[in-house]
Amino acid sequence: MPEVMDVIMAVKPVLGAFLCLVGAGLAIIGTVGVLRFPDFYTRLHAASITDTGAATLTLVGMALLAPTWLIVFKLAAIWLFLFLTGPTGSHALANAAHTAGLQPVIGRQRDGAGADDEGGA
Amino acid sequence: MGYLLGLIVVLGALWLGLSGIYEPLLLTLSVISIAISILLAARLETVDREGVPYARTPQLFAYWAWLLVEIFKANWPVIKACVRADLDINPALVKVKTRCESDFAKTIFANSITLTPGTVTVEVEGDKLLVHALFEEEATPDSFAEMDERSARAADGRKSSKGEVTA
Amino acid sequence: MIGAAAIGLIVAIGLMLIRALSGPTLYDRVLAMNSLGTKIVLFIGVLGFVLGRPDFLDISVLYALINFVSTIAILKFFRYRSFQVPLMRRTMPQRRSQSGGDDA
Repeated sequence: MPEVMDVIMAVKPVLGAFLCLVGAGLAIIGTVGVLRFPDFYTRLHAASITDTGAATLTLVGMALLAPTWLIVFKLAAIWLFLFLTGPTGSHALANAAHTAGLQPVIGRQRDGAGADDEGGA
Repeated sequence: MGYLLGLIVVLGALWLGLSGIYEPLLLTLSVISIAISILLAARLETVDREGVPYARTPQLFAYWAWLLVEIFKANWPVIKACVRADLDINPALVKVKTRCESDFAKTIFANSITLTPGTVTVEVEGDKLLVHALFEEEATPDSFAEMDERSARAADGRKSSKGEVTA
Repeated sequence: MIGAAAIGLIVAIGLMLIRALSGPTLYDRVLAMNSLGTKIVLFIGVLGFVLGRPDFLDISVLYALINFVSTIAILKFFRYRSFQVPLMRRTMPQRRSQSGGDDA
C-alpha cells in the first residue's frame, strides 16, 4: 500500500500545522476568558483550558510535524510534565487564595461587562 | 528495592530519550546524574509506593486515557462561556466526599478534578474535598462519583463499588 | 500555517500580560504568570518548528520545569514569608496576603 502511505505523509504536515493553529486559538480563547471572568476562582477555570486543551492540541500538532522519534519523545515528556504540574500549580494557587481569605463570587453572573474590578466580592 | 529499580529504569529512559547522543562520555555522565538523583530521592525519603508508583502503570494509563476523554468533553462548556457575548456563569463551592483511602488515590482524584476544566479542588481535608465549580448545575456529587471510583481503583486496585476485587 | 500558530500564541501571551499587569490580587498575577509560562513553553516549541530547528524543545522542557517550581516558590513565599519552612499541611498559622485587593 505505498499510495496510502504517500497520502498519509502528504496530509501529516498540514494536519499538524492545523492542530497547532487550533491549539493557539484555544490559548487565545482561554486568555480572553481570564480577562473577562469576574473573580480569581473563575479565572482559574479559564486558565485550565490553556493547560489542557491548548497544550494537548499544540503538542500533538508538533508531534505530527516532527522529523524524528526523539522529538516525539521530547514532546511527550513536555506533555507529561504539563499534565503533572498543571493541576498541582492550580490547586496550590486556589488553596493559597482560599487560605488567605479570598472569597469567591457565588451565584449566577449575568452581565456583559465587568471583568476588571475587584477580586473578592 | 523494586521501587529503586523502577526509579532507575524510568530515569534512564528519560535520559536516553532527552539526550539522543549515545557516546561513552555522555553515557558515563548519565550514570553519574542518575546516581545523584537517586541519592537525593533517598535522602528525601520519597522512594516508596507514593513516590514511585510505577507498579501500577497499566492501570494508571488506562485511567489517564479515560480522563483525557473527560477533559476534552469538559472543555466545551468552559470554551463556550469564554467566547459568548454576555457573561453567563454560575460559580459555586461544593463539598465532595471521596471513597479514596490512601493519600496517593486522593491525590489522583483531586488532581483529576483540577485538571478537568470547570472544576478546581480548593481544599482537601480528610475524605472531603472542597471544589470550586464554574457551573453549579454540572458539579453535583453524582458527577464526581465515576471519577472517584475509577481513581480509587487505578491507585489502590481494591474493591470497586460492587465489592469485586480487581488487579 | 505553523507561523500563524506562533503569531496566535504571541497574541495570547500579550493578552495574558494585561491580566498579569492589572490583576487586582496577588493570586491573579501568579495565575497569569503560570498560564503565561505554559503559553511560552508552547511558543518556544512552535518557534523551533517555524525556524526548522526542533532542538528548541530542550529549552521548552526546561522552561516547563522552572515555571512550575517558580509558581510554587512564589506561593510558598507569600504564604509563609520565608523559603525556610518545610512544606507541610496545617502547620503554620494562616496569614493574609499583603496585596490581596479587598478582603470582603
